[in-house]
Amino acid sequence: MKTAILEKFIPSLLTRLKLVAWLGVFFFFVIVFSQTLAEASQGKLVITGSSTMAPLVSEIGKRFERLHPGTRIDVQTGGSSRGIADTVNGLADFGMVSRALKPQEHALHGATIAQDGITIILHQDNPVHDLSNEQIKAIYTGAITNWKSVGGPDAPITVVNKAEGRSTLELFLQYFQLSNRAIRAHVIIGDNEQGIKTVAANTHAIGYVSVGTAQYDATHEVPIRLLSLQHIPATLETVQNGTFPLSRPLTLVSKTPPTGLAQTFIEFSRSSAVHDLILKQYFVPHP
Amino acid sequence: MILSSNNISSHIHSDRFLLWSLRFLTLASGSLLVLVMIFLVHEAWPAFQQLGLASFFTDAAWYPTENLYLLTPMLWGTLWATLGSIMLAAPFGILSALFIQYYAPPFLAIGYRRLIELLAGIPSVVFGLWGLVVLVPLIARWQLPGPSLLAGILILFLMILPTITLVVQASLAQIPVSVIHNATALGLSRWSMIRRVILPTAKAGLFTGIFLGVARALGETMAILMVCGNVVQTPSHLFDPIRTLTANIALEMAYALGNHRSALFVGGLLLMGMVVVFVMMAEGFRHRETYAATK
Repeated sequence: MKTAILEKFIPSLLTRLKLVAWLGVFFFFVIVFSQTLAEASQGKLVITGSSTMAPLVSEIGKRFERLHPGTRIDVQTGGSSRGIADTVNGLADFGMVSRALKPQEHALHGATIAQDGITIILHQDNPVHDLSNEQIKAIYTGAITNWKSVGGPDAPITVVNKAEGRSTLELFLQYFQLSNRAIRAHVIIGDNEQGIKTVAANTHAIGYVSVGTAQYDATHEVPIRLLSLQHIPATLETVQNGTFPLSRPLTLVSKTPPTGLAQTFIEFSRSSAVHDLILKQYFVPHP
Repeated sequence: MILSSNNISSHIHSDRFLLWSLRFLTLASGSLLVLVMIFLVHEAWPAFQQLGLASFFTDAAWYPTENLYLLTPMLWGTLWATLGSIMLAAPFGILSALFIQYYAPPFLAIGYRRLIELLAGIPSVVFGLWGLVVLVPLIARWQLPGPSLLAGILILFLMILPTITLVVQASLAQIPVSVIHNATALGLSRWSMIRRVILPTAKAGLFTGIFLGVARALGETMAILMVCGNVVQTPSHLFDPIRTLTANIALEMAYALGNHRSALFVGGLLLMGMVVVFVMMAEGFRHRETYAATK
């Protein structure tokens, strides 16, 4: 009798004990979490701007936070122009700018942390080795639809374009002075890898991706070829020294010369300690 | 004996505890859906306010950077891909289930079932990768450009086939043996037994299988994104590249700001609406069928 009673009694007791234990664990985490937050607000940098740079800067920020406990790097996107506006208005410590500075913006202090370059890619078996800017433009607007017209085989061209909002698309359109509506695409891709796989799988495709990714894949037995642009080969070196035409600097700007924590952060972002992060985002590190 | 009163009260107490925790959990999971809806509407609201509902159906095209937000081509893309895949997968799934249950010798039935279960466990990104490097080039050799509605339908077919097969097979397995014995005693051939007795009995299971298949096809994103080409256009034939609502969100969300971002949430809301309409249709159909069966 008594054992039966105990058996019925014990499970519910256990449930309650478990509940209490879980609540304890929960509150423990809440306390730890709020303490971390309180600690973090001691040194804080706000960085806003280009969505191209945001993933990279936030990765750099995370590593910086680990190396300097108690600091916090707050990265927000909103475009290069917002980055500049926020910096000028004092809302942000740094603005992320992924284009060359306009003349009236030259009063700002800029520090380039990396270069971004994009390259036209074809399938390795495509005999076309050289395309002029006009030819590329004609292909993307649908004026040329067959490789025969540019000295290739008699085969229709598959045009691979990027999805809206990507900075690669923006830079491509800006360089070739096209609007996205004018482009007649057959395939629209998201990230670089998808673009490379699409071109590698289709002998008659043309696409454009970051130089960093393309060069890595082309040297690792992926059947793609990087086209030269205006006879300048697309390599990490030409992007790095700025001679490759389809490239742009990624810059952190500030209102005044950075001091203290801001200065430490800029030095860290330009040091070789973050080169692996830059390469992982398919950008080219600052020399 | 001292414990007995305690025991009784604690027994009731633990019951009450269970009841309340069940109530709480039900409420939590129910309100989760409501919260998701509220979140979707909240995020989509700026677009409704600034662009108006009509612009998503009457704009010239989908060019968010130029403030054009037409969603209908993607709605059609989603519908056609789902419809095509379910038209393929439903017969294949139901026939495979019948084969496993009534025709295959035991060792083959078990082997085939394991194979289908394995197929169900493959992550969608693997299907997508396979589609991109094997299926799409195959289609491209036949008809350019390759990434197309057809590729999407075939990939979705592979993904929902196991769902349908397994659900239908499970419902077939639940048919009482007496039903089968009776049918056999009546001297029915195996096929007329399946057609006249088994399929009508297992109807609810067939619908559940197809329903789950459609739901998965509607929501599939990653594989579709990789094989469909993602060009925003209403497909006019099978070899046209399409973009589905889910692919649109996945492609552009990370880089969208302001109205563009809101418009993507409108796409999500539209998708949710489609699922709701579909569930209501399926419920209505199922209700009518069960009612007809009992009459």
